[in-house]
Amino acid sequence: MVSRRNFLIGSAALPFLSYLELADTAFAATPKDILVVAQQLDNMTSLDPHEGFEAVGGEMISNMYQKLVRANNDNPDQVIPVVAASWEADAESKVFTFKLADQKFSSGADVTAEDVAFSLQRAIKMNKSPAFIINQFGFTADNVESLIVAKDAKTVTLATENPTSISFLLFCLSANIGAIVEKKVVLANEVNGDLGNAWLQKNSAGSGPFMLQAWKASESISLQLNPHGPYKGNLKRVIVRHVVDPSSQLLMLQKGDVDIARDLTSEQLKAAQSDKDITLVRKQIASLVLISLNQTNANLAKPQVWKAVKWALDYDGMQKNIVPLSHVVHQSMEPLGFPGTVKDIPYKRDVEKAKALMAEAGLADGFDITLDHYSAQPYPDLAQAIQANLGEIGIRVKLQSAENRQVLTKMRGRQHEMALSAWGTDYFDPNSNAEVFCINKDNSADAKKKPFAWRSSFKDDALTAKAEAARDEKDPAKRIALYEELQREFMENSPFAVMFQTTRTAACRTGVEGVRLGVLSEGNTYLETKKA
Amino acid sequence: MKNRLKSFSAMLSSVVLTLFGLTVLTFLIGRVMPVDPVIAAVGDNAPEDVILRVRAEMGLDQPIPVQFLHYLNQLVHGDFGMSVLTKNPVATDIARFFPATFELATAALLLATLVGIPLGVWAAVRQGSFTDQAIRVLCLAGHSVPVFMLSMISLLIFYSALGIAPGPGRQDIIYDGMIPTVTGLMSVDTLLAGDLDAFWDALAHMAQPVIILAYFSMAYIARMTRAFMIDALKGEYVITARAKGLSGLKVVWSHAFPTVAVQLITVLALTYAGLLEGAVVTETVFSWPGIGQYLTTSLMNADMNPVIGSTLLVGLIYVGLNLFADILYRLLDPRVQ
Repeated sequence: MVSRRNFLIGSAALPFLSYLELADTAFAATPKDILVVAQQLDNMTSLDPHEGFEAVGGEMISNMYQKLVRANNDNPDQVIPVVAASWEADAESKVFTFKLADQKFSSGADVTAEDVAFSLQRAIKMNKSPAFIINQFGFTADNVESLIVAKDAKTVTLATENPTSISFLLFCLSANIGAIVEKKVVLANEVNGDLGNAWLQKNSAGSGPFMLQAWKASESISLQLNPHGPYKGNLKRVIVRHVVDPSSQLLMLQKGDVDIARDLTSEQLKAAQSDKDITLVRKQIASLVLISLNQTNANLAKPQVWKAVKWALDYDGMQKNIVPLSHVVHQSMEPLGFPGTVKDIPYKRDVEKAKALMAEAGLADGFDITLDHYSAQPYPDLAQAIQANLGEIGIRVKLQSAENRQVLTKMRGRQHEMALSAWGTDYFDPNSNAEVFCINKDNSADAKKKPFAWRSSFKDDALTAKAEAARDEKDPAKRIALYEELQREFMENSPFAVMFQTTRTAACRTGVEGVRLGVLSEGNTYLETKKA
Repeated sequence: MKNRLKSFSAMLSSVVLTLFGLTVLTFLIGRVMPVDPVIAAVGDNAPEDVILRVRAEMGLDQPIPVQFLHYLNQLVHGDFGMSVLTKNPVATDIARFFPATFELATAALLLATLVGIPLGVWAAVRQGSFTDQAIRVLCLAGHSVPVFMLSMISLLIFYSALGIAPGPGRQDIIYDGMIPTVTGLMSVDTLLAGDLDAFWDALAHMAQPVIILAYFSMAYIARMTRAFMIDALKGEYVITARAKGLSGLKVVWSHAFPTVAVQLITVLALTYAGLLEGAVVTETVFSWPGIGQYLTTSLMNADMNPVIGSTLLVGLIYVGLNLFADILYRLLDPRVQ
């Protein structure tokens, strides 16, 4: 006879015992043909390649669509042909002809010149956030059908408004805004003249290695192999799971529940480095950490103060102690990995020099100032180090921490004094950053263009002219030389102290090979990834 | 009857007013917060003309009272607006995220109640003894140790070190996309799909977050039960029952507990509302796609329609459960009438 006491104990133990039994079914290793990635997916708004403009969305788009050309992650001076087999410019550098290679959409249909022309026209007509990357060549909704034309099944021509450097055009077309979508499929899903926008936000119609199986916002994205696409490895699916917490990502990676963890911070990377089952794929990405000095502040408007700030900072100390695995010291406005990036590190901590510059500015006694910074690590730690560094030359910094969109909104309203923030480049050409940091023609409050320089009220006409000249230079080698000169001048004479470039790491389980990270998120691809 | 009707209409108007107040407050916070929702929608690097166009499309170029009236009009028609992040109507998103939280919260409340009430009663009966002290320490720890720490420790021990619990997420990757969504409750949908392995997998994934949330809630329920019970045990009717020679167990459960149970209704209702609000931290650590995660992600991205929609839902839950507790209270305790 079972006593009541034993019955109760048994009942209590039963769920626990059956739970132990569950362990076996719950932890099967990930299948060999499915790649499972843990990643933060929370700021992704659209998977339409002509609309999506965030890093994670950009990466997914890049794995589902092809462009005429793509950036070469290993050699930034070149582009790699993809849908385009070859290209040439006319004598005036205004009409560019592309001959197409043989590629197929996921539907099995050939990628034709008509698809290419339609895709570029669609990007211009929709005029979403990234459209400026290609409408800067003079394309508008009204003229694009006459300027981008399919001549025959395999030939497309693009006519630009002004003579254009072909390297500039190609680099811009390598951005996701240049993605080729299947015209027939997209138009079949058009609603109220939206050119298939609503449908493409959650579906795919591309010729990339994978196609979209499902996107559950803030939960997961599943990609499945495009059977007609360029991928030749053993993966059939890529499942990206939204895992916010980096510590959870590391645990899942160590247990083998995921094959790749994408958002490990320095703290977790230190642990991952010493784990024999994990390999780290690292890449410096096009994201710069910099201090902006708002020129509406009389003290910050003095060029000697710009330099004093730059000479006061302990770049190496901060890198080694605060961001050893996530950032490298970098002082040019162009990121490493871009065409023509200057690698000079002219500024090192020199307190005496900085103090002399402060005295020269008539500010030997220093001044009080507020530094806005993002609240997420490593920014608070960096801000404290900056506060200490600047304190030594008399600049008394009050720190103001806020969520990053709050800091950006404040900067866009020109309400900051000093700000520690990050800047991510839009497309793979030096003009992308030169335009935002150097070209500010209208400094008025209601200017039509509000580039990064405008946000800190920085206007330098000579620098603007040099940036425009570099952008328009036809000779590729000379163009690079002009950009190198521009970067050095910007380092010397601008109220922006570029300090670091971000390094991204994909922590992979042993057996996962061929993961590629790009300088821009568009270069993050599973095209060559295999799983043993 | 007339009095009941009057009381019912007073309750109803109080509910409507509370929800209206919540809408006004959330809407205003959304509009005055120092983050530009347009930038959140189009990205920081978008050109000015796109920003202006989207601002107009979102109606943010209108005066705030006009925006509010427009929003109210939408709400009256059952439209919570669209989410910028997910590109879905907010109602659709809530219908997707809420079941995940509902499943977690309901299981946690059940567990917390089943453990918390007996513990509270036991502590009260043995007031001042070692058992009482031990239960109080247990409850104090449950209420004071941060949930994220408990969650991480739990993952480290049971998932990482011992390997007897699954990791974050609602189900194992092999079931991804295999179970059709019917109710949104993974434990139910897996059964409806007739997949027992997936069902056990779903239960296994629920275990850790449920136990942690239950521990947190149990601590509160046990403390309150103990306090109510100590009071009840001092009641004259209990003393009388004891004097009649009834057994200790009978006195506690048959005489004192019914009074405590009525008092506990509000405690349980509020605990449940708190759990349904979305155990934000637990959902984050366990990658649990629930309403808490939806709300915080939307807030961080200044995606205001989901923020207002989710806040209204949470408000509705609080008001609804309070109302339910109130009605139950009146039914079970005639003195309140």
